[in-house]
Amino acid sequence: MPQDTLKLPELSLVLLIGTSGAGKSTFARRLFQATEIVSSDQCRALVADDENDQAATTDAFALLHYLVGLRLKRGLLTVVDATNVQPEARKTLVQLARDYHVLPTAIILDVPDRLAEDRNRQRAERQHLGRHVVPQQRQQLRRSLKTLKQEGFRHIYHLRGPEEVDAVQTIQRDPLYSNRKQDSGPFDIIGDVHGCYHELVQLLTELGYAVKEQAVADARDLGVRVTRRRDVTSCVSPLNDVETADNATNLSNHETQDIASLQPPRRVLFLGDLVDRGPASPQVLRLVMSMVRDGLALCVPGNHDIKLLRYLGGKQVNEQHGFAETVQQLAAESDTFKSQVRQFLDGLVSHYVLDGGKLVVAHAGMREEMQGRGSGAVRAFALFGETTGEIDEFGLPVRYNWAAEYRGRATVVYGHTPVPAAEWLNNTIDIDTGCVFGGRLTALRYPERELVSVPAAQVYSEPVRPLDYLRRLAEANNEKSTTENHLSAQQQHDDLLDIRDVTGKQIIKTRLLPSVTIREENAVAALEVMSRFALNPKWLLYLPPTMSPSETSALPDMLEHPAEAFDYFRRQGLERVVCEEKHMGSRVVVVLARDEDAARRRFGVVGEGLGKVYTRTGRNFFTDTNLEAAFLARLQDALTASNFWERFNTEWLCLDAELLPWSAKAQQLIKDQYAAVAAAATAALPKAVAVLAQATARGLDGVEALLARTTARQRAAQHYAEAYRRYCWPVDSLADLRLAPFHLLATEGRTYFDKDHAWHMETLRAVCLADESLLRATPYRVVHLQDIADVEAATQWWLDLTAAGGEGMVMKPYDFIPSGQKTLVQPALKCRGREYLRIIYGPDYLLPGNLERLSERNVKSKRNLALREFALGVEGLERFVAGAPLREVHQCVFGVLALESEAVDPRL
Amino acid sequence: MLLTITTTHQPATDLGYLLHKNPARLQTLELTAGQAHIFYPEATAARCTVALLLDIDPIGLVRSQKGAENFALAQYVNDRPYVASSFLSTALAKAFNTAMNGTCQDRPDLPDALLPLEATVAVVPAADSAQLHRLFAPLGYEIETEAHPLDPSRPEWGNSPYYTLRLRHSGLRLRDLLAHLYVLVPVLDNNKHYYIGPAEADKLLLRGGEWLPRHPEREFITRRYLRFAEYVNPTLARLLASEPEAQEEAPAAEAAALAPNDLQLPAAGQKLHDQRLDRVAEVVRQLGAKRVLDLGCGEGKLVRRLLQNPQVEHVLALDVSWRELERAGQRLHLAEMPPRQRERLTLAQGSVLYHDARLAGYDAAAVVEVIEHLDENRLAAFEQVVFARAQPGAVLVTTPNADYNQRYETLSAGDFRHSDHRFEWTRAQFAAWAEGVAGRHGYRVRLEPLGPEAAEVGAPSQLAVFER
Repeated sequence: MPQDTLKLPELSLVLLIGTSGAGKSTFARRLFQATEIVSSDQCRALVADDENDQAATTDAFALLHYLVGLRLKRGLLTVVDATNVQPEARKTLVQLARDYHVLPTAIILDVPDRLAEDRNRQRAERQHLGRHVVPQQRQQLRRSLKTLKQEGFRHIYHLRGPEEVDAVQTIQRDPLYSNRKQDSGPFDIIGDVHGCYHELVQLLTELGYAVKEQAVADARDLGVRVTRRRDVTSCVSPLNDVETADNATNLSNHETQDIASLQPPRRVLFLGDLVDRGPASPQVLRLVMSMVRDGLALCVPGNHDIKLLRYLGGKQVNEQHGFAETVQQLAAESDTFKSQVRQFLDGLVSHYVLDGGKLVVAHAGMREEMQGRGSGAVRAFALFGETTGEIDEFGLPVRYNWAAEYRGRATVVYGHTPVPAAEWLNNTIDIDTGCVFGGRLTALRYPERELVSVPAAQVYSEPVRPLDYLRRLAEANNEKSTTENHLSAQQQHDDLLDIRDVTGKQIIKTRLLPSVTIREENAVAALEVMSRFALNPKWLLYLPPTMSPSETSALPDMLEHPAEAFDYFRRQGLERVVCEEKHMGSRVVVVLARDEDAARRRFGVVGEGLGKVYTRTGRNFFTDTNLEAAFLARLQDALTASNFWERFNTEWLCLDAELLPWSAKAQQLIKDQYAAVAAAATAALPKAVAVLAQATARGLDGVEALLARTTARQRAAQHYAEAYRRYCWPVDSLADLRLAPFHLLATEGRTYFDKDHAWHMETLRAVCLADESLLRATPYRVVHLQDIADVEAATQWWLDLTAAGGEGMVMKPYDFIPSGQKTLVQPALKCRGREYLRIIYGPDYLLPGNLERLSERNVKSKRNLALREFALGVEGLERFVAGAPLREVHQCVFGVLALESEAVDPRL
Repeated sequence: MLLTITTTHQPATDLGYLLHKNPARLQTLELTAGQAHIFYPEATAARCTVALLLDIDPIGLVRSQKGAENFALAQYVNDRPYVASSFLSTALAKAFNTAMNGTCQDRPDLPDALLPLEATVAVVPAADSAQLHRLFAPLGYEIETEAHPLDPSRPEWGNSPYYTLRLRHSGLRLRDLLAHLYVLVPVLDNNKHYYIGPAEADKLLLRGGEWLPRHPEREFITRRYLRFAEYVNPTLARLLASEPEAQEEAPAAEAAALAPNDLQLPAAGQKLHDQRLDRVAEVVRQLGAKRVLDLGCGEGKLVRRLLQNPQVEHVLALDVSWRELERAGQRLHLAEMPPRQRERLTLAQGSVLYHDARLAGYDAAAVVEVIEHLDENRLAAFEQVVFARAQPGAVLVTTPNADYNQRYETLSAGDFRHSDHRFEWTRAQFAAWAEGVAGRHGYRVRLEPLGPEAAEVGAPSQLAVFER
């Protein structure tokens, strides 16, 4: 009976095997998508313009292998349409499948030579085939049949004759056992138990499960039953509301009655190594098997479990590493139980990919490129992790810390290597806290990422290598990390960023914009700025976005005016905006910890002070460390005095602010450029006016107009000098500096992008009031865009501010990030004053003929840039407060810096 | 910007003939970025003054120079409208072409007449008034300079770099005055508004050929005027060809060492850098390194030396600056390199503050004059990248020796040799750092002086050789 359905793993490398003319291409086209087929004939055509050019075979197969490799790397099922009758041809392909942890499948199209030859004769391009070709291929195929299994093919389909080939109607693609992406928990993931039954029961109870031991009535009965207590589905502290086990036994009823429809029930995920070393391995097995059978738990195997499986299968195993205890404990158990165990262990899948690909569990971890794939290497990795091949002083294999290089999006939870405490590193966590060695039995609640653990009742086994060995080793290697300076695993890892995370073209996914692209040439520029000028990247949580001005004013003698900004926000459908006075100083970000200890804990920085004040390019604002320390201490005092730390329950904060005066940072620029231009103008122009006056007195034609123009330029130069002088004052000490904070960006565990700007202004005003000689609260007003009087009053306010020499104002949506908009709204627009703009557009910008030319400016690219930078800045800070590894924060900060190198009119 | 030229030659109105400009009219010429107005504020037989008023349009400048790299020209806030610069030279050549060429159809005797002349330029940029004297006094002028404060409301900022310059000469051909201004104004400004090509040398020879060879500042003037080293030497040679006595005085080596903005002492600095690179290349050779890293390769001077060493199989040269890499590519003629040689070199952007897997597996790494450009607290990252992760067989680090700084006269105490240096270490400081690094990462280290040693203070630079 010919098969009409062939089953394949959804990710496999399918080799069609058959002689020339066997019908492979037709078969492939009939049953697979065109893009899934990589054909040798086609590759030959691509490299030689001729499908049959045998001289091109080497290059054609190089291309074929390259294409296959890329597809497999990207996790795509691939069909190789080539004769594949020679073992050496298959060997390369099987190796590719192994390299990418994909299962190889063979489909043999075994048709009589006559038929194949007939077909070849009908095809013009196959006329050249010698008579010997097909029989020779067929001979090779015959020989191959015996060796395919040995060669590593998992699925082999031998279709004998054209009837069987034609009978196949469907290819059924089976998901790998490891693929449980539909299953999104919630889970309680439990590390290596190693026969610690007592602690396991305690932990389960703590997690909100009830364990009930029952008398064994039946051989299949495991004698232990675990149920959820009714409060468990919602993740409340299990100690609040302990229900009796009786009440919980009938669990299915409870679920349907109470909360089942609201939230899926919690389940346990065991990370393997259930047995060995500990006092009650069979009892642990019994409990876990019972939970798995009841659908209350999933389990992946550990190396110890697999060793037990081999033992139960009659293989010789080494009794070391606590196996002897297990053997002893099992001696008392029935054969039925042992065969149940064998069956259970045999059915375990190396690792699971869960929750839409966001969670991966495996006993010893899983590299990104192996997740959800199947190969011997994947299974070995899941069981044993990665070792360097070296042996340490205790005779144990030296483990390679794959997690240090992990860049995957999926959270990986694993065990296998006992650690003193479970610590996150690059979105992975080892929760084997060495219970059997007298440590703790630890569970990770997912998705809450909460750790729950119980201490071991006693030391059941002496570790060969002390539990904190690795940490002590690290400390011995690094003078800095003495105990009191201890940095977390992530922080230590973050001491060094990897260049591949920032160079080349980067596409960054952000909450506010689906993706922000950083072009390679901009990354090139940012790498230089970051490397040469920026602070220790651990301080760089956020870089502010650039700010666009309002569109050019419609008024005849103005370049900018609030009317256009009001119009912009009105067009965006906003009802309210906030107008804030714009300070002319240096834009700074302030990151400040409550004390050096907090700086170490939260930023992983030791010996660099309480915090940093840095510019828009990540450069330290202060060059004088004493002034920096004094400044930060004063700010800290103000925060303490205004009760900030308590109010926000934090030990650090991040502020967006303006630091005055402009001359504090820009002194050199002011002297070299701004003052110099004024000096040259005020020296040269009066002399020109004098000779023009002399010439006018002579009655020369046309000189009068030139005199008028030059006199106007002389006045303009004077106004220009006055304009820049307003923003300069000598900075000799702290007393000359002013900080005007306008955004409270973040504190421990949260950002404040959800708060409106009035909240930010008022919150920061409270801090400013605590030290009014250093801190300046920013005057602002809330404007209802539909209220004409409101808008007029704000416009008048701007006119007054700018007439008095103010830079102007910044207009922002009332909400930091307005919701309900189709597109992202500009986070802020600036409206700069008529006088101020002289220092941007030059002394003469208001002279006849100049303003007309300057008004042709395009704010579009600046605005587009502002949105991308805003999205990146918000994303970076949100990643930081969520505890992301530094490289993920740095990627955003680096991105802002890179975008800043895009060519945009610098005067906007 | 205003230039006035006055004469009291009798009749003074001859000036109008000489300049080929009618004293009774205002004339306006269009320039590339603005206008030049020529008029006579006074024109009597006793005294005649011509004024050249340049009205440079900064907006036009910015718009016509899209993407120009020159900072001064790219800004609307720009001193160009007010100062004498190459714009003045262009305007002179355009407005007074006949006078500059010494022709005067109506009065052929006038161009060669020695006239009492007075010229005023408001304003010229200059390092100081002494510089103005140095340039104009040898030409026989009586000089008066007026300094202008940078900002009268900020006396502590001192004077601006702009001067009103008054030149008086009792008897000079007008065309000489114009030629002097034509050449020396851009020299003072040290900036040119147009692309400088080989033709620039011809202009210099045309306008300066008669007087420049005898000018004591001829080298300075030539360098500044031509701006680019490759044009300077041949032009100096051409300029001096007819002046046998002066030729001997022209030290070609110093001219070659020209580096206008180098804060290091030009000639000596250049030589020291070559010595430093020679020594590093020599140590690499002694170490027998086959695969060599050049971290912070700059324009590729060390790379060139490393490639000359036949035992070096591959050089990975990294720099954080893309522009430096481009320059290195040009200097090393990367595009035209024969394939075998090309295979020996990889030139790429990299940073010593980020872990970089490409750095693994090298026998030696040269880190020449790099660490002092890093903030001291970033050295820990540098240490991790190079010593903990890349782990080359040997690491060669050079850095200035701060002990030696007192030997530099131009350097005040506590100052660094380069504005981008974040620190300069004494020999003791460097040794302490090097020993710490070596100890932490399983290297042994030896230190040696680089450059000629002086008593007490050692050599200008220092080298640490780390070996595993």
